[in-house]
Amino acid sequence: MTNLVRFPNMPAPIEPAAPVLLSVTDLKVHFPRARSGFMAKPEVVRAVDGVSFEVRRGTTLAVVGESGSGKTTTALAVMRLAPITDGSVRLGTTNLSLLNADAMREARRRVQMIFQDPYSSLNPRQRVGEAVRAPLDLMKIGTPAERVARVDELFAAVGLRPEQQGLFPHQFSGGQRQRINIARALATNPELVVCDEPVSALDIAIRAQILNLLVRLQRKLGLTYLFISHDMAVVEHICDEIAVMYLGQIVERAPRRTFFERPLHPYSVALMSAVPTVQGGRARAAQRIRLVGDPPSPIDPPTGCRFAGRCPVAMPACQEPQTLREVQSGHWVACHRVQAVAGQPVAPLQLPAAA
Amino acid sequence: MSTSLPVLKVDGVRVEFNTRRGKALVLNGVSFEARAGETLCIVGESGCGKSMTALTVLGLVPQPPGRVSGGRVQFAGEDLLQAAPERVRAVRGNRISMIFQEPMTSLNPVFTVGEQIAESLRLHAGLNRAEAHAQAIAMLRQVGIPAPERRVDEYPHQLSGGMRQRVMIAMALACKPDILIADEPTTALDVTVQAQIFDLLRDLQAERGTAIVLITHDMGAVAEMADRVIVMYAGRVIEQGTTAEVLGSPQHPYTRGLIACLPELGSSQGDARAELAEIPGVVPSLWELGSGCAFRERCPQAHARCAAEVPPMFDAPLPGQSGHAAACWLLAEAARQEAFV
Repeated sequence: MTNLVRFPNMPAPIEPAAPVLLSVTDLKVHFPRARSGFMAKPEVVRAVDGVSFEVRRGTTLAVVGESGSGKTTTALAVMRLAPITDGSVRLGTTNLSLLNADAMREARRRVQMIFQDPYSSLNPRQRVGEAVRAPLDLMKIGTPAERVARVDELFAAVGLRPEQQGLFPHQFSGGQRQRINIARALATNPELVVCDEPVSALDIAIRAQILNLLVRLQRKLGLTYLFISHDMAVVEHICDEIAVMYLGQIVERAPRRTFFERPLHPYSVALMSAVPTVQGGRARAAQRIRLVGDPPSPIDPPTGCRFAGRCPVAMPACQEPQTLREVQSGHWVACHRVQAVAGQPVAPLQLPAAA
Repeated sequence: MSTSLPVLKVDGVRVEFNTRRGKALVLNGVSFEARAGETLCIVGESGCGKSMTALTVLGLVPQPPGRVSGGRVQFAGEDLLQAAPERVRAVRGNRISMIFQEPMTSLNPVFTVGEQIAESLRLHAGLNRAEAHAQAIAMLRQVGIPAPERRVDEYPHQLSGGMRQRVMIAMALACKPDILIADEPTTALDVTVQAQIFDLLRDLQAERGTAIVLITHDMGAVAEMADRVIVMYAGRVIEQGTTAEVLGSPQHPYTRGLIACLPELGSSQGDARAELAEIPGVVPSLWELGSGCAFRERCPQAHARCAAEVPPMFDAPLPGQSGHAAACWLLAEAARQEAFV
């Protein structure tokens, strides 16, 4: 991405230890729509419109946003399950966006995905042991005996008993099915695991089990996660870095602690204030930042800041296009109203005190 | 708030389902009250009987295979479980109404939203077509839908998820009900939209004194919305009290677990990254309950008595917590030790 502007008078970022594993540059995913009439202009849904981020090996980048923000499409594009219109997706030194079908199939060993719905993502007629072995069979990894041993190992790793391999998906609870999905995703020993809302379909008491399992597996196997979620509390718990998306673009990106201490973009602040918490209760609800209206259509998005129409602190200058700029080491934000005061960035919209 | 009279009194309701695996007791002696101007939250995991409780109140339990085998649902001096079907139909959607979880599947795709709101007005309030249409527009305006004159003639697929849920609320509130039952009304929605819907429910309640029964599994939503809470597990109420009591000093190990296992905002500002507390295992199936407390297999403090007898509700052993009670033998132990001293 060429339009990244360095914020003036800023110390050089500290060089972190882990190398970058996934690097996404100016990714665009546009879906053409059928013409509405003979003379009508063809319309394009700009689901993802110029997204750039990097994920370091062994860390978790969480992409958060509401429905329609393009977070899942971004994940699918990284997996090459959605067509990439423009931009590149690099895994290590491999440019996934340029691979042909055969090479991509080979590269899928290195990137695997855990889907949101543990019910629809398992074949109801396949025994779960076979489902977990399927990636090994398809990619011809190891001898048949090694594959059986690997499936045993995976079942133990995700906390299932070996004799459960012979059962069918309907014989498991939602949490257990998600464990099976995780085992299947880990079968080929991937470097990057894309987790698309892995706990949102689960019961509250089961979420903690699966989140803890994902964290333990990451530590043990050195996995890198691209974690898609709409749940700020879950994200704060699990991520190392966070990217907030709004209408196909990243509006803010920062390390975990920096972001949750002081979110800068007005949309991030509004999103944080909308989350109900046990501690906050009614006091928090009363002070919440209220957004009005719905996001604009991704077919013909505004040329300026896409959030300006709903932003409580918008100004006429917000009609100009916004670019992500680094306002503090590692903290990127696409809002020109973020000002630096005494070397510290100041958000135009503050989180209410009770929050 | 505690002075207001209960408008709905559910007392010892039992619902059983006949299945191939035998009889399943889906609700086992559920009791609670809803009071005017108050919000009662029903909390629990899926399968604990939250939604079935709502369906029982509305007389919507599918029979067969279901059967309401005991208890009373007292509304305005009559027992709805014994009332004639015509009488229940006159109450449902009129005095007691419900908002369902999925705004897409619970709206009829082939009727405009205006027709669907007008239906209950024509049926219950006896309005004619034009009056009902005008009232439908007024309702859409009240729930905060922009350009209601245009939206009233649109079909559900033309609206966003948040707007569909507002239409559901407009339908439910059209006849100015005394009781509004909302079954996970915001689960399918984004948090910013959820906040808008909660604000709307609160405003409408303040204006009309509606009793709201909110079914949810989100403890944050409970803290924000509820005056009182009941926690359900495997078809029974296992804890009840005011929101401050239940969330502030939970007595049942299950309630404590539910609150502890939630990731909360602010977790990144501490020092080390802690693991979340887990409730081990899963909810037992209704055929595997056997005797004793249904939570004992997952309970860190279970002892011999838990397997033998089902615990009744015990008052919380804290001063000034009248009405806060939990179904756990540990409370009986605590009370007995206190009596010794």
